[in-house]
Amino acid sequence: MAGLVANALTCIKRDRILFENLELTLSQGELLYLRGPNGAGKTSLLRLLTGLSLPESGTVTFNGTDVGAPQSGFYDASLYLGHKSGLSSTLNALDNLSYWCAQHNVPVSKHMIYDVLERVGLVGLEDIPVRMLSAGQQRRVALSRLWLKPATFWLLDEPFTALDIDGIALLEAKFHDHVSKGGAIITTSHQPLSTRAGQHRVFDLEYRF
Amino acid sequence: MNRLWHGVVKRELALAYQQKTELVQPLMFMLMVVTLFPLGIGPGPDTLQRIGPGVIWIAAILSSLLGMERLFRDDFQDGSLEQMMLSGIPVSMIAAIKVFTHWLVSTGPLLIMSPLLAMFLNLTVPMYIALLCTLLLGTPLLSFVGAIAVGLTVSLQRGGILLALLLIPVFIPLLIFATSAVDSAALQLPYHPQLAIIGAMLLLAMAVSPFAIAYSLRVSQN
Repeated sequence: MAGLVANALTCIKRDRILFENLELTLSQGELLYLRGPNGAGKTSLLRLLTGLSLPESGTVTFNGTDVGAPQSGFYDASLYLGHKSGLSSTLNALDNLSYWCAQHNVPVSKHMIYDVLERVGLVGLEDIPVRMLSAGQQRRVALSRLWLKPATFWLLDEPFTALDIDGIALLEAKFHDHVSKGGAIITTSHQPLSTRAGQHRVFDLEYRF
Repeated sequence: MNRLWHGVVKRELALAYQQKTELVQPLMFMLMVVTLFPLGIGPGPDTLQRIGPGVIWIAAILSSLLGMERLFRDDFQDGSLEQMMLSGIPVSMIAAIKVFTHWLVSTGPLLIMSPLLAMFLNLTVPMYIALLCTLLLGTPLLSFVGAIAVGLTVSLQRGGILLALLLIPVFIPLLIFATSAVDSAALQLPYHPQLAIIGAMLLLAMAVSPFAIAYSLRVSQN
Protein backbone atom coordinates (compact mmCIF):
# COMPACT_ATOMS: atom_id res chain seq x y z
CA MET A 1 0.00 0.00 0.00
CA ALA A 2 1.42 3.35 -1.00
CA GLY A 3 1.95 6.14 1.46
CA LEU A 4 2.14 6.12 5.19
CA VAL A 5 -0.27 3.65 6.71
CA ALA A 6 -1.06 3.04 10.36
CA ASN A 7 -2.67 -0.29 10.97
CA ALA A 8 -4.58 -1.13 14.18
CA LEU A 9 -2.41 1.15 16.30
CA THR A 10 -2.83 1.09 20.04
CA CYS A 11 -1.05 3.49 22.34
CA ILE A 12 -1.05 3.23 26.12
CA LYS A 13 0.53 5.89 28.30
CA ARG A 14 0.62 5.49 32.09
CA ASP A 15 -2.10 2.82 32.05
CA ARG A 16 -4.41 5.09 30.06
CA ILE A 17 -5.43 4.00 26.60
CA LEU A 18 -4.92 6.98 24.30
CA PHE A 19 -6.31 5.23 21.26
CA GLU A 20 -7.08 1.70 20.21
CA ASN A 21 -7.05 0.00 16.80
CA LEU A 22 -6.50 3.29 15.06
CA GLU A 23 -6.41 3.17 11.26
CA LEU A 24 -4.90 6.03 9.33
CA THR A 25 -3.66 6.47 5.79
CA LEU A 26 -1.70 9.39 4.44
CA SER A 27 -1.10 9.39 0.73
CA GLN A 28 0.51 11.87 -1.61
CA GLY A 29 -1.33 15.04 -2.46
CA GLU A 30 -3.18 15.10 0.82
CA LEU A 31 -3.27 17.43 3.80
CA LEU A 32 -4.45 15.68 6.91
CA TYR A 33 -5.41 17.87 9.83
CA LEU A 34 -5.19 15.98 13.10
CA ARG A 35 -7.52 17.45 15.70
CA GLY A 36 -8.24 16.69 19.30
CA PRO A 37 -8.23 18.13 22.81
CA ASN A 38 -5.12 18.32 24.99
CA GLY A 39 -4.02 14.89 26.06
CA ALA A 40 -5.88 13.07 23.30
CA GLY A 41 -2.63 11.64 21.96
CA LYS A 42 -1.87 13.75 18.91
CA THR A 43 1.83 14.02 19.67
CA SER A 44 2.00 10.35 20.62
CA LEU A 45 0.38 9.42 17.32
CA LEU A 46 2.84 11.52 15.32
CA ARG A 47 5.80 10.03 17.17
CA LEU A 48 4.46 6.54 16.46
CA LEU A 49 4.12 7.42 12.79
CA THR A 50 7.77 8.49 12.61
CA GLY A 51 8.95 5.38 14.37
CA LEU A 52 10.48 7.42 17.21
CA SER A 53 8.38 5.48 19.68
CA LEU A 54 6.88 2.05 19.30
CA PRO A 55 3.19 1.21 19.59
CA GLU A 56 1.70 -1.15 22.13
CA SER A 57 0.32 -3.07 19.19
CA GLY A 58 -0.21 -2.46 15.50
CA THR A 59 2.13 -1.42 12.72
CA VAL A 60 3.15 1.67 10.82
CA THR A 61 4.25 1.02 7.27
CA PHE A 62 5.63 3.22 4.55
CA ASN A 63 4.99 1.94 1.01
CA GLY A 64 4.41 -1.48 2.52
CA THR A 65 7.59 -1.66 4.62
CA ASP A 66 7.92 -1.00 8.32
CA VAL A 67 8.88 2.67 8.88
CA GLY A 68 11.74 1.80 11.20
CA ALA A 69 13.41 -0.50 8.66
CA PRO A 70 16.26 1.20 6.76
CA GLN A 71 15.06 -0.16 3.40
CA SER A 72 11.69 1.59 3.70
CA GLY A 73 13.36 4.86 2.68
CA PHE A 74 11.04 6.66 5.05
CA TYR A 75 13.74 8.80 6.63
CA ASP A 76 14.79 10.27 3.29
CA ALA A 77 11.22 10.92 2.25
CA SER A 78 9.93 12.39 5.48
CA LEU A 79 10.37 15.37 7.70
CA TYR A 80 9.20 15.49 11.30
CA LEU A 81 9.01 18.68 13.33
CA GLY A 82 8.03 18.14 16.93
CA HIS A 83 7.35 20.31 19.95
CA LYS A 84 11.06 20.54 20.48
CA SER A 85 12.67 22.66 17.82
CA GLY A 86 15.68 20.41 17.36
CA LEU A 87 17.92 23.46 17.38
CA SER A 88 20.94 23.70 19.60
CA SER A 89 20.56 26.93 21.57
CA THR A 90 24.28 27.70 21.60
CA LEU A 91 24.72 27.45 17.83
CA ASN A 92 23.44 30.03 15.37
CA ALA A 93 20.69 29.43 12.84
CA LEU A 94 23.08 28.96 9.95
CA ASP A 95 25.20 26.32 11.71
CA ASN A 96 22.16 24.53 13.12
CA LEU A 97 20.65 24.18 9.65
CA SER A 98 23.86 23.30 7.88
CA TYR A 99 24.64 20.48 10.35
CA TRP A 100 21.05 19.29 10.14
CA CYS A 101 21.19 19.23 6.33
CA ALA A 102 24.41 17.23 6.43
CA GLN A 103 22.83 14.69 8.80
CA HIS A 104 19.79 14.34 6.59
CA ASN A 105 21.88 14.01 3.46
CA VAL A 106 20.55 17.22 1.92
CA PRO A 107 23.19 18.87 -0.23
CA VAL A 108 22.95 22.61 0.41
CA SER A 109 25.24 25.57 0.05
CA LYS A 110 25.49 28.46 2.47
CA HIS A 111 23.67 30.59 -0.11
CA MET A 112 20.66 28.29 -0.13
CA ILE A 113 20.39 28.48 3.65
CA TYR A 114 20.70 32.27 3.52
CA ASP A 115 17.95 32.40 0.89
CA VAL A 116 15.63 30.23 2.94
CA LEU A 117 16.27 32.21 6.11
CA GLU A 118 15.48 35.34 4.15
CA ARG A 119 12.24 33.82 2.94
CA VAL A 120 11.11 32.96 6.46
CA GLY A 121 11.89 36.50 7.57
CA LEU A 122 15.14 36.11 9.47
CA VAL A 123 17.42 38.44 7.55
CA GLY A 124 20.34 39.60 9.68
CA LEU A 125 19.70 37.02 12.40
CA GLU A 126 21.63 34.18 10.77
CA ASP A 127 24.68 34.31 13.03
CA ILE A 128 23.09 34.97 16.40
CA PRO A 129 22.93 32.03 18.84
CA VAL A 130 19.45 30.57 18.64
CA ARG A 131 18.79 31.14 22.35
CA MET A 132 18.91 34.91 21.73
CA LEU A 133 16.04 34.69 19.24
CA SER A 134 12.41 35.03 20.27
CA ALA A 135 10.16 31.97 20.44
CA GLY A 136 8.54 32.83 17.11
CA GLN A 137 11.90 33.38 15.44
CA GLN A 138 13.16 30.05 16.77
CA ARG A 139 10.06 28.42 15.34
CA ARG A 140 10.81 30.04 12.00
CA VAL A 141 14.35 28.65 12.03
CA ALA A 142 12.97 25.17 12.76
CA LEU A 143 10.36 25.52 10.01
CA SER A 144 12.92 26.59 7.41
CA ARG A 145 13.75 22.89 7.14
CA LEU A 146 10.53 22.56 5.14
CA TRP A 147 12.16 24.70 2.44
CA LEU A 148 15.51 22.89 2.63
CA LYS A 149 14.78 19.16 2.63
CA PRO A 150 13.01 17.81 -0.45
CA ALA A 151 10.87 15.44 1.57
CA THR A 152 7.45 14.32 0.42
CA PHE A 153 5.90 13.40 3.74
CA TRP A 154 5.71 16.08 6.41
CA LEU A 155 4.70 15.27 9.97
CA LEU A 156 4.25 18.51 11.87
CA ASP A 157 3.36 18.81 15.52
CA GLU A 158 1.82 22.21 16.30
CA PRO A 159 3.81 24.05 13.62
CA PHE A 160 1.89 27.29 14.19
CA THR A 161 2.87 27.70 17.84
CA ALA A 162 4.41 31.13 18.54
CA LEU A 163 4.10 32.25 14.90
CA ASP A 164 2.69 35.69 14.11
CA ILE A 165 -0.03 36.32 11.51
CA ASP A 166 2.49 36.70 8.68
CA GLY A 167 4.21 33.51 9.73
CA ILE A 168 0.98 31.57 9.75
CA ALA A 169 0.08 32.87 6.31
CA LEU A 170 3.52 31.96 4.98
CA LEU A 171 3.28 28.45 6.38
CA GLU A 172 -0.25 27.86 5.11
CA ALA A 173 0.79 28.99 1.66
CA LYS A 174 3.71 26.58 1.86
CA PHE A 175 1.30 23.78 2.80
CA HIS A 176 -0.85 24.54 -0.21
CA ASP A 177 2.16 24.63 -2.49
CA HIS A 178 3.52 21.35 -1.13
CA VAL A 179 0.25 19.47 -1.44
CA SER A 180 -0.38 20.75 -4.98
CA LYS A 181 3.04 19.39 -5.95
CA GLY A 182 2.07 15.93 -4.71
CA GLY A 183 3.38 16.21 -1.17
CA ALA A 184 1.63 14.84 1.88
CA ILE A 185 1.22 16.59 5.21
CA ILE A 186 -0.13 15.53 8.55
CA THR A 187 -0.34 18.35 11.02
CA THR A 188 -1.81 19.05 14.41
CA SER A 189 -3.01 22.45 15.43
CA HIS A 190 -5.41 24.06 17.83
CA GLN A 191 -6.33 26.83 15.43
CA PRO A 192 -8.42 25.67 12.48
CA LEU A 193 -6.62 25.77 9.16
CA SER A 194 -7.76 28.64 6.97
CA THR A 195 -8.72 28.39 3.32
CA ARG A 196 -5.19 29.44 2.34
CA ALA A 197 -4.00 25.97 3.28
CA GLY A 198 -6.30 24.49 0.65
CA GLN A 199 -8.36 21.33 0.72
CA HIS A 200 -7.82 19.20 3.78
CA ARG A 201 -9.15 16.14 5.50
CA VAL A 202 -9.85 16.26 9.21
CA PHE A 203 -8.99 13.40 11.51
CA ASP A 204 -10.44 13.63 15.00
CA LEU A 205 -8.86 12.07 18.05
CA GLU A 206 -11.10 11.86 21.07
CA TYR A 207 -10.03 12.16 24.65
CA ARG A 208 -10.61 8.85 26.36
CA PHE A 209 -10.83 8.06 30.05
CA MET B 1 30.87 9.93 5.04
CA ASN B 2 30.21 13.66 4.77
CA ARG B 3 27.01 13.06 6.71
CA LEU B 4 28.96 11.77 9.67
CA TRP B 5 31.87 14.17 9.40
CA HIS B 6 30.00 17.40 8.78
CA GLY B 7 26.73 16.46 10.42
CA VAL B 8 27.93 14.90 13.65
CA VAL B 9 31.67 15.26 14.27
CA LYS B 10 31.99 18.92 13.31
CA ARG B 11 28.78 19.73 15.13
CA GLU B 12 30.03 18.10 18.31
CA LEU B 13 33.33 19.95 18.11
CA ALA B 14 31.57 23.27 17.48
CA LEU B 15 29.29 22.65 20.46
CA ALA B 16 32.26 21.73 22.66
CA TYR B 17 33.99 24.94 21.63
CA GLN B 18 30.89 26.94 22.54
CA GLN B 19 30.57 25.16 25.90
CA LYS B 20 34.19 25.46 27.03
CA THR B 21 33.26 26.14 30.64
CA GLU B 22 31.34 22.89 30.91
CA LEU B 23 34.45 21.06 29.81
CA VAL B 24 36.86 22.99 32.02
CA GLN B 25 34.83 22.55 35.22
CA PRO B 26 35.37 18.78 35.58
CA LEU B 27 39.08 19.32 34.98
CA MET B 28 39.29 21.97 37.69
CA PHE B 29 37.38 19.62 39.95
CA MET B 30 39.91 16.89 39.30
CA LEU B 31 42.82 19.24 39.92
CA MET B 32 41.32 20.33 43.23
CA VAL B 33 40.52 16.82 44.42
CA VAL B 34 44.08 15.76 43.73
CA THR B 35 45.52 18.76 45.58
CA LEU B 36 43.31 18.01 48.60
CA PHE B 37 45.06 14.73 49.31
CA PRO B 38 48.50 16.11 50.26
CA LEU B 39 46.69 18.56 52.54
CA GLY B 40 44.51 15.93 54.16
CA ILE B 41 46.88 12.99 54.42
CA GLY B 42 50.15 14.82 54.85
CA PRO B 43 52.83 15.81 52.38
CA GLY B 44 55.25 12.93 53.04
CA PRO B 45 56.77 12.02 49.64
CA ASP B 46 56.58 8.27 50.29
CA THR B 47 52.93 8.36 51.34
CA LEU B 48 51.98 10.43 48.32
CA GLN B 49 53.82 8.14 45.97
CA ARG B 50 51.99 5.14 47.39
CA ILE B 51 48.50 6.61 47.17
CA GLY B 52 49.17 8.69 44.03
CA PRO B 53 47.94 6.34 41.27
CA GLY B 54 44.74 5.55 43.16
CA VAL B 55 44.07 9.20 43.86
CA ILE B 56 44.52 10.23 40.24
CA TRP B 57 42.32 7.41 39.00
CA ILE B 58 39.53 8.02 41.49
CA ALA B 59 39.62 11.72 40.66
CA ALA B 60 39.51 10.87 36.96
CA ILE B 61 36.46 8.63 37.43
CA LEU B 62 34.62 11.24 39.51
CA SER B 63 35.40 14.09 37.14
CA SER B 64 34.38 12.03 34.12
CA LEU B 65 31.06 11.30 35.84
CA LEU B 66 30.56 15.04 36.33
CA GLY B 67 31.09 15.79 32.67
CA MET B 68 29.32 12.72 31.31
CA GLU B 69 25.80 14.12 31.50
CA ARG B 70 26.47 16.70 28.80
CA LEU B 71 26.95 13.82 26.34
CA PHE B 72 23.24 13.56 25.45
CA ARG B 73 21.41 15.93 27.81
CA ASP B 74 21.26 19.09 25.68
CA ASP B 75 20.59 17.24 22.46
CA PHE B 76 17.81 15.30 24.12
CA GLN B 77 16.18 18.35 25.63
CA ASP B 78 16.25 20.58 22.57
CA GLY B 79 15.13 17.80 20.25
CA SER B 80 18.34 17.59 18.20
CA LEU B 81 18.63 13.96 19.19
CA GLU B 82 15.25 13.01 17.74
CA GLN B 83 16.13 14.84 14.53
CA MET B 84 19.39 12.86 14.38
CA MET B 85 17.53 9.61 15.00
CA LEU B 86 15.22 10.46 12.08
CA SER B 87 18.09 11.32 9.74
CA GLY B 88 18.58 7.71 8.69
CA ILE B 89 22.12 7.48 10.06
CA PRO B 90 22.28 4.36 12.27
CA VAL B 91 21.77 5.47 15.87
CA SER B 92 24.64 3.28 17.05
CA MET B 93 26.96 5.13 14.67
CA ILE B 94 25.81 8.51 15.99
CA ALA B 95 26.26 7.26 19.54
CA ALA B 96 29.78 5.96 18.89
CA ILE B 97 30.84 9.23 17.28
CA LYS B 98 29.34 11.34 20.02
CA VAL B 99 31.08 9.27 22.68
CA PHE B 100 34.39 9.44 20.85
CA THR B 101 34.30 13.22 20.36
CA HIS B 102 33.20 13.65 23.95
CA TRP B 103 36.17 11.60 25.07
CA LEU B 104 38.46 13.65 22.86
CA VAL B 105 37.37 17.03 24.17
CA SER B 106 36.96 16.02 27.81
CA THR B 107 39.91 13.68 28.30
CA GLY B 108 42.42 15.26 25.93
CA PRO B 109 43.00 18.18 28.32
CA LEU B 110 43.14 15.73 31.24
CA LEU B 111 45.98 13.84 29.59
CA ILE B 112 47.81 17.11 28.98
CA MET B 113 47.34 18.01 32.63
CA SER B 114 48.45 14.59 33.90
CA PRO B 115 52.23 15.31 34.20
CA LEU B 116 51.38 18.11 36.59
CA LEU B 117 49.25 15.79 38.72
CA ALA B 118 51.97 13.15 38.69
CA MET B 119 54.42 15.75 39.95
CA PHE B 120 52.04 16.81 42.75
CA LEU B 121 51.96 13.23 43.99
CA ASN B 122 55.66 12.52 43.60
CA LEU B 123 55.25 9.78 40.98
CA THR B 124 58.47 8.54 39.34
CA VAL B 125 58.86 8.64 35.56
CA PRO B 126 58.19 4.90 35.02
CA MET B 127 55.11 5.20 37.24
CA TYR B 128 53.93 8.18 35.23
CA ILE B 129 54.38 6.33 31.95
CA ALA B 130 52.35 3.41 33.31
CA LEU B 131 49.70 5.85 34.55
CA LEU B 132 49.51 7.52 31.17
CA CYS B 133 49.07 4.14 29.45
CA THR B 134 46.25 3.17 31.79
CA LEU B 135 44.59 6.56 31.32
CA LEU B 136 44.84 6.28 27.53
CA LEU B 137 43.21 2.85 27.55
CA GLY B 138 40.92 3.32 30.52
CA THR B 139 39.26 6.71 29.99
CA PRO B 140 37.63 5.77 26.66
CA LEU B 141 36.25 2.74 28.50
CA LEU B 142 34.74 5.12 31.08
CA SER B 143 33.09 7.10 28.29
CA PHE B 144 31.74 4.13 26.33
CA VAL B 145 30.31 2.33 29.35
CA GLY B 146 29.13 5.55 30.97
CA ALA B 147 27.25 6.59 27.85
CA ILE B 148 24.91 3.59 28.22
CA ALA B 149 23.83 4.85 31.64
CA VAL B 150 23.61 8.43 30.35
CA GLY B 151 21.30 7.23 27.59
CA LEU B 152 19.08 5.51 30.13
CA THR B 153 18.91 8.45 32.56
CA VAL B 154 18.71 11.27 30.01
CA SER B 155 14.94 11.56 30.18
CA LEU B 156 14.95 11.84 34.00
CA GLN B 157 14.90 15.29 35.50
CA ARG B 158 17.79 14.82 37.89
CA GLY B 159 19.78 11.88 36.71
CA GLY B 160 23.16 13.10 37.99
CA ILE B 161 23.42 11.19 41.27
CA LEU B 162 21.67 8.14 39.87
CA LEU B 163 24.24 8.10 37.09
CA ALA B 164 27.07 8.01 39.64
CA LEU B 165 25.37 5.27 41.66
CA LEU B 166 24.88 3.16 38.55
CA LEU B 167 28.37 3.61 37.22
CA ILE B 168 30.81 3.65 40.12
CA PRO B 169 30.41 -0.11 40.85
CA VAL B 170 30.94 -0.86 37.16
CA PHE B 171 34.24 0.98 37.15
CA ILE B 172 35.74 -0.97 40.08
CA PRO B 173 37.55 -3.58 37.92
CA LEU B 174 39.08 -0.83 35.82
CA LEU B 175 40.31 0.96 38.94
CA ILE B 176 41.86 -2.23 40.30
CA PHE B 177 43.77 -3.09 37.15
CA ALA B 178 44.83 0.48 36.45
CA THR B 179 46.28 1.10 39.90
CA SER B 180 47.84 -2.34 39.94
CA ALA B 181 49.64 -1.51 36.68
CA VAL B 182 51.12 1.63 38.20
CA ASP B 183 52.11 -0.26 41.36
CA SER B 184 53.92 -2.82 39.23
CA ALA B 185 55.74 -0.02 37.45
CA ALA B 186 56.78 1.37 40.85
CA LEU B 187 58.33 -2.00 41.71
CA GLN B 188 59.91 -2.14 38.23
CA LEU B 189 57.88 -5.20 37.33
CA PRO B 190 56.27 -5.68 33.91
CA TYR B 191 52.73 -4.34 33.75
CA HIS B 192 51.64 -5.60 30.33
CA PRO B 193 49.09 -8.06 31.72
CA GLN B 194 47.09 -5.31 33.42
CA LEU B 195 47.25 -3.15 30.29
CA ALA B 196 46.15 -6.12 28.21
CA ILE B 197 43.14 -6.69 30.42
CA ILE B 198 42.14 -3.00 30.31
CA GLY B 199 42.67 -3.07 26.53
CA ALA B 200 40.46 -6.13 26.22
CA MET B 201 37.72 -4.44 28.26
CA LEU B 202 38.03 -1.36 26.05
CA LEU B 203 37.72 -3.36 22.83
CA LEU B 204 34.70 -5.22 24.14
CA ALA B 205 33.08 -1.95 25.21
CA MET B 206 33.80 -0.31 21.84
CA ALA B 207 32.25 -3.24 20.01
CA VAL B 208 29.14 -3.68 22.12
CA SER B 209 28.30 -0.37 23.78
CA PRO B 210 27.23 1.62 20.66
CA PHE B 211 24.34 -0.80 20.24
CA ALA B 212 23.48 -0.65 23.92
CA ILE B 213 23.61 3.16 23.83
CA ALA B 214 21.37 3.23 20.74
CA TYR B 215 18.90 0.97 22.51
CA SER B 216 18.94 3.06 25.68
CA LEU B 217 18.34 6.24 23.67
CA ARG B 218 15.38 4.61 21.93
CA VAL B 219 13.97 3.60 25.29
CA SER B 220 14.37 7.19 26.51
CA GLN B 221 12.50 8.50 23.45
CA ASN B 222 9.54 6.25 24.10
